[in-house]
Amino acid sequence: MTAPAAPPFHRPADLDEALRLLAAHPEAVPVAGGTDLMVAVNYRRTRPAAMLDLTRIEALRAWSDEGDAIRLGSGVPYTRICAELATVLPGLAAAARTVGSPQIRNRGTLGGNLATASPAGDGHPPLLATGADIEIASTGGTRTVPVAEFFTGPKRSVLAPGELITSVIVPKAAGPQQFLKVGTRNAMVIAVCSLAVALDLDTRRLGTGIGSAGPTPLTAPEAALIELPWTRPGLFNDALADEFGRRVAAAARPIDDVRGTAAYRRHALAVCAARALRRVWTAAHGTETTR
Amino acid sequence: MRVEMRIDGETAAADIDRPGESLLSTLRDRLGLYGTKNACEQGECGSCTVLLDGDPVCSCLVATAQCEGREVKTVVGAVPRPVRDAFIACGAVQCGFCTPGLLVSVADLLDREDDPSDAVIREALAGNLCRCTGYEKIIDAVHAAAEAMAGAPPVRAADATEATP
Repeated sequence: MTAPAAPPFHRPADLDEALRLLAAHPEAVPVAGGTDLMVAVNYRRTRPAAMLDLTRIEALRAWSDEGDAIRLGSGVPYTRICAELATVLPGLAAAARTVGSPQIRNRGTLGGNLATASPAGDGHPPLLATGADIEIASTGGTRTVPVAEFFTGPKRSVLAPGELITSVIVPKAAGPQQFLKVGTRNAMVIAVCSLAVALDLDTRRLGTGIGSAGPTPLTAPEAALIELPWTRPGLFNDALADEFGRRVAAAARPIDDVRGTAAYRRHALAVCAARALRRVWTAAHGTETTR
Repeated sequence: MRVEMRIDGETAAADIDRPGESLLSTLRDRLGLYGTKNACEQGECGSCTVLLDGDPVCSCLVATAQCEGREVKTVVGAVPRPVRDAFIACGAVQCGFCTPGLLVSVADLLDREDDPSDAVIREALAGNLCRCTGYEKIIDAVHAAAEAMAGAPPVRAADATEATP
């Protein structure tokens, strides 16, 4: 019996080497946590001729404080986002905590979530709600794409062959944030629908992000423009929260699928949105709008 | 392609012939280490949980080639004796298929938390499914193991094995 041929599994030590390898071996599939890719490999839905391991590249596994924002390496596992960034990025940390299970959160990364570009990716709504930017590199240089322009369709994005997502620049929270996710249990759930809300007390801006209720993760621009009683916070009421919920539901473009119907998703989003807005407003102003 | 790593404290090498071979597959099918169980191969069930550089992961979702130079601990090397004893004493084992994965997850939890609450235990074990649905006894076992370990210095199974040739 002859020795098996060496399978092409590239293990670059730094980003430059990774980009050069990817340029030279376009068939190599990048892998970080493997929580999406390896399922497809195990079920023979894909059989990569070569793979490119990103887990040894220290620059991708670090985050840094950039003043107004956090530059989050694309390979930082969800467990570390929850443990290290919950104060500055509460919406993203809340979403990270709902990803899979501890085992999945120890491996899964935001870079992988974005590259997969599933409409149900838990990391996407908080990035949309906060207006994050995606940094993408290739041997040709780097470019920055606003997250709202990153997704082009179900499991499709602007990421081109030869490109790697290197980091996500997430503005620090300037007010309360919420992430709500509907599923059949509190773990190991692909969202039926999900919603992120970020209240910016400095700019008086409301950010929104909708997951699992459209061909891509979505924002709800009309809902974000709802008039809030900034000068007299006590005037906030349930009718306002419900109107916000209706506008979020109207922004969704859900379909019927195995996880839920379009009608249910719209209903759940309206409930979640009203709840999320009440929570962020109460957290910001301490008004009695608990429900 | 040869991959060298440490498994339960021993140096191990595996010759893999496709880049997507999983650590689970290497452990069981190439190295004959059957402690780690294969059930879903999609990260849902936690039966294949091992510690990779100290963190619980689903070995079915790790490419073996990613493990070069890494430290892998399976149910054989990751689990303190009091955790095993508590599972037996509390009746936390029914068919037993989920048990190796659960033991590894519990070992990790008790390494981080001396006296976890029910809520913390449930969240820590959310990625380990028991199809016999014996969760209550498993939670009892975690409390019993925590209590046992609070009194005694931790003895890892691998250390105990080395001590008795």
